[in-house]
Amino acid sequence: MADWVEACAVDDIEEEDVIRFDHGGRSFAVYRSPDDEFFATDGYCTHERAHLADGLVMDDIIECPKHNGRFNYKTGQAKGAPVCVNLATYPVRIEAGKVMIQI
Amino acid sequence: MTTAKTKRDYSLVGESTRRAIETGLASAEWYHTDVPRKTMKELMQRSDGPAIRDTIIWLAAIVGSAAGIVWLWGSWWVVPFLFVYGVLYGSSSDSRWHECGHGTAFRTRWMNDAVYHIASFMLMRNPVQWRWSHARHHTDTIIVGRDAEIAVMRPPDLLKAALAFTGILDFRYSLPTLVRQAFGTLSEDEKSYIPEMERHKAVVAARWHMAVYATTIVFAIALRSWIPLVLVGLPRLYGTWHMVMTGLLQHIGLADNVVDHRLNTRTVYMNPISRFIYWNMNYHVEHHMFPMVPYHALPRLHELIKHDLPEPNPSMWHAYREVWPVLLRQLKYEDYYLKRELPPTARPYRGEFHEVDMSAAAE
Repeated sequence: MADWVEACAVDDIEEEDVIRFDHGGRSFAVYRSPDDEFFATDGYCTHERAHLADGLVMDDIIECPKHNGRFNYKTGQAKGAPVCVNLATYPVRIEAGKVMIQI
Repeated sequence: MTTAKTKRDYSLVGESTRRAIETGLASAEWYHTDVPRKTMKELMQRSDGPAIRDTIIWLAAIVGSAAGIVWLWGSWWVVPFLFVYGVLYGSSSDSRWHECGHGTAFRTRWMNDAVYHIASFMLMRNPVQWRWSHARHHTDTIIVGRDAEIAVMRPPDLLKAALAFTGILDFRYSLPTLVRQAFGTLSEDEKSYIPEMERHKAVVAARWHMAVYATTIVFAIALRSWIPLVLVGLPRLYGTWHMVMTGLLQHIGLADNVVDHRLNTRTVYMNPISRFIYWNMNYHVEHHMFPMVPYHALPRLHELIKHDLPEPNPSMWHAYREVWPVLLRQLKYEDYYLKRELPPTARPYRGEFHEVDMSAAAE
């Protein structure tokens, strides 16, 4: 069964931004949306090995820093070339000011 | 006489490709100047405003100069209008294609896509194929056997480079390529960077382009006039010189097979008109290092990181004068390249990856 792990504190992420979280040899991207909700996806772009935490969050989109590929970080949906494969997403909950993700 | 140590194979499915993958040059980690996340976030911010303003000016100038061509056709007064229309159609479309392909020109996606498709048509570029080839160019910039957009290969073919200013060679390549793709055939090189699920889109796009060209020819015949062809298609010949003049400088004469854009890419200061036509792509090291930064923020990025980059060329003329002897030397010794000096404030190049023995070139 998947575990809930603490990724960061709520205040570690600015609004409409993303940070990197590494755990158990895997890498994730944790997002804070403009309407103050939190989300988590795999850290690396599905196109090539670039970390999405270096990218740009715009509304519900994360844009990869390498080729500007775009995903909806809430659903993981790839939004067109050069990204064709969806991003894995993970459940998130907030507990006592901490961002917890289920991985 | 000195002979080159290695022969470069520019095919994307050949010996250099195999070697680039084996040695880790393909899809490598590249050098980046340190920029605080907060600052980079500000620089990456998208806005529709600057690109809408520039696109209105661009389209108005295209329509205005086209009207001038139609009105003054048959007199010498048409020449300045052809000059302006040609450059707008055949050259500035390249930077619009480029920025909108990255999705950075506008904040709104459909605006990027609309200008991208218009500009791709003007350039006779398959919009699907070139989106993928440009992604590869950013992954493997000037990595021989991987990068599909190396403009001047080694040893340099100087006649070919000179003819590029006329657009003849590109026209001769682009049009038959579109015809081939319209008939459903993609080359092995194209297949190496276009994923299978996208290939049918490339064929459909080529068919649309060919349909517009066929319609233009029908119009020209029906009207018994050259004007439709002068306005659609032929500017790719007579207006391409500015794109080549600015674009060749991006990487020509610099290192290949390195993973530091400071070594293989060039920033050149340019006049405001060329910068409008080129949409600030003269800040090319900055663009390659941080492709998320929109064209209108590149001057700010340049100011921020120039302490870590080679001194920019102060003009296009200076850059060409600097590179000309390098090209001549590459004719005999193709491993030779122009290694640009870093200022004392910069982090040094990682010599273990980038040192090439050029002593033979001095003989």
